[in-house]
Amino acid sequence: MKYIYLDNAATTRVAPEVLTAMTPYFCEYYGNPSSIYSFAGKGRDAVEEARAAIAGMIGAKPEEIYFTGGGSESDNWALKATAEAYVNKGKHIITSAIEHHAILHTCEYLEKQGYEVTYVGVDENGMIRMDELEQAIRPDTVLISVMAANNEIGTIQPLKEIGELARKHGVFFHTDAVQAFTHIPLNVDEMNIDMLSASGHKIFGPKGIGFLYIRKGVKSGSFIHGGAQERKRRAGTHNVTGIVGIGKAAVLASEKMEERMAYESKLRDHLIDRVLAEIPYSRLNGDRTNRLPNNANFCFRFIEGESMLIKLDQKGICGSSGSACTSGSLDPSHVLLAIGLPHEIAHGSLRLSLSHETTMEDIDDTVDALKEIIEQLRSMSPLYEDFVKKQK
Amino acid sequence: MYSEKVMDHFNNPRNVGEIDDASGVGTVGNAKCGDIMRMYLDIDDDGIIQNCKFKTFGCGAAVATSSMATELVKGKTVQEALQVTNRAVMEALDGLPPVKVHCSLLAEEAIHAALWDYAQKKGIEIDGLEKPVNDISEKEEELEEEY
Repeated sequence: MKYIYLDNAATTRVAPEVLTAMTPYFCEYYGNPSSIYSFAGKGRDAVEEARAAIAGMIGAKPEEIYFTGGGSESDNWALKATAEAYVNKGKHIITSAIEHHAILHTCEYLEKQGYEVTYVGVDENGMIRMDELEQAIRPDTVLISVMAANNEIGTIQPLKEIGELARKHGVFFHTDAVQAFTHIPLNVDEMNIDMLSASGHKIFGPKGIGFLYIRKGVKSGSFIHGGAQERKRRAGTHNVTGIVGIGKAAVLASEKMEERMAYESKLRDHLIDRVLAEIPYSRLNGDRTNRLPNNANFCFRFIEGESMLIKLDQKGICGSSGSACTSGSLDPSHVLLAIGLPHEIAHGSLRLSLSHETTMEDIDDTVDALKEIIEQLRSMSPLYEDFVKKQK
Repeated sequence: MYSEKVMDHFNNPRNVGEIDDASGVGTVGNAKCGDIMRMYLDIDDDGIIQNCKFKTFGCGAAVATSSMATELVKGKTVQEALQVTNRAVMEALDGLPPVKVHCSLLAEEAIHAALWDYAQKKGIEIDGLEKPVNDISEKEEELEEEY
């Protein structure tokens, strides 16, 4: 059976070129980059090459890039270490209501440690409320953390404006750019970003590798103790293969970013147009245009997300849902609730995230399958039955 | 994640639909949590369940437990149907993942709610049947307003 993989926001495959670049560092150049002998030099050079390449893409200096075990670690580090380093200034952090759990759960942890966190709301499209954000800033605020683009609904935040606001008030600005890095243009100087998290496996690189950009001058203690790696801030033998992988993946992705953005946007818009036109009682979640080129997120009334995913899977189509049943809790996605959707609508959500490997045929096949599945599920939905009876 | 039997009942649900002028109809669960089951019973003068249909809004397990519940009560007496527990539904499906056990409870409640409606309509009391708590009619109206 042909697979149509539309869950690229969850993870991507490793690009063959990336794997090729990584391969020699498993068995040939396996030396520890921290060792003195020249044999380890290859690995050391590869790490620094990747660091410089990534720094260049976001307008940073190589020494401001710190490799981590992934996006979640980067987010944890940015929040915890900054909160700790600036405790004398204050114990207040501002974030948004629609952040990834790597941010939200870290904030909850910090609240237990005596920090105060303000969760700024978003509008119906998932755009942060700038007035609310400004009002939340206090003399003891040390950090604002707002994601670059939302992982569920794809909404892109006004990073430049948030950065300016933070700068004006002397507050640091961290952004979780896991979904945005190499998907949309990012520049830490132009956008006044002080810290930025990104991950390898969302960009056709390997899992288990990410980085945190920390602007020079931002104090941050060691996040992992035990060695001098990463300017003594993140101990642990370098994940050389991972670093080579994320470096190569980032280079490939950023080289063709504009072309890819145009291609993915075209597919995305076709998907959105067809779904909204051909499937009754459907809605698009997130901003119609100000969204990641590869993200589409819908709600279909009267049906529940998990049953839709199982039926899609049976047709070889991989997607994801913000329904409670897919998360193991009784609450549907916090993002969909934050944009004002009632629980019952949020349960019927579907996220389809594309890549440059997705084809127009994939999109059309998916919409055709969806139409059939949704009709089938509605035919057995008591909510739909009631709705139809009320219409009569 | 799901057993073969659960997948079979999800893919080929038995007795989906409505019964016009049903002897009893019960709706349980709420859309907020993501599950609603509605069960229709057609009960003859001897108290035998001649026909049973369902409609469900919910996950794979919710659909499968509803389907299995209709199979288990069909042809039974009212008293026998009352003995169809969530455990019986689960066992008949070769088990459910722990997070889905509540779906089987809903199935049991749906049977009880439909039987309660039948008893109300007939003006009788059924031994061992208590008034079901999961009345969601109000919440459904809220849903209409909110959207």
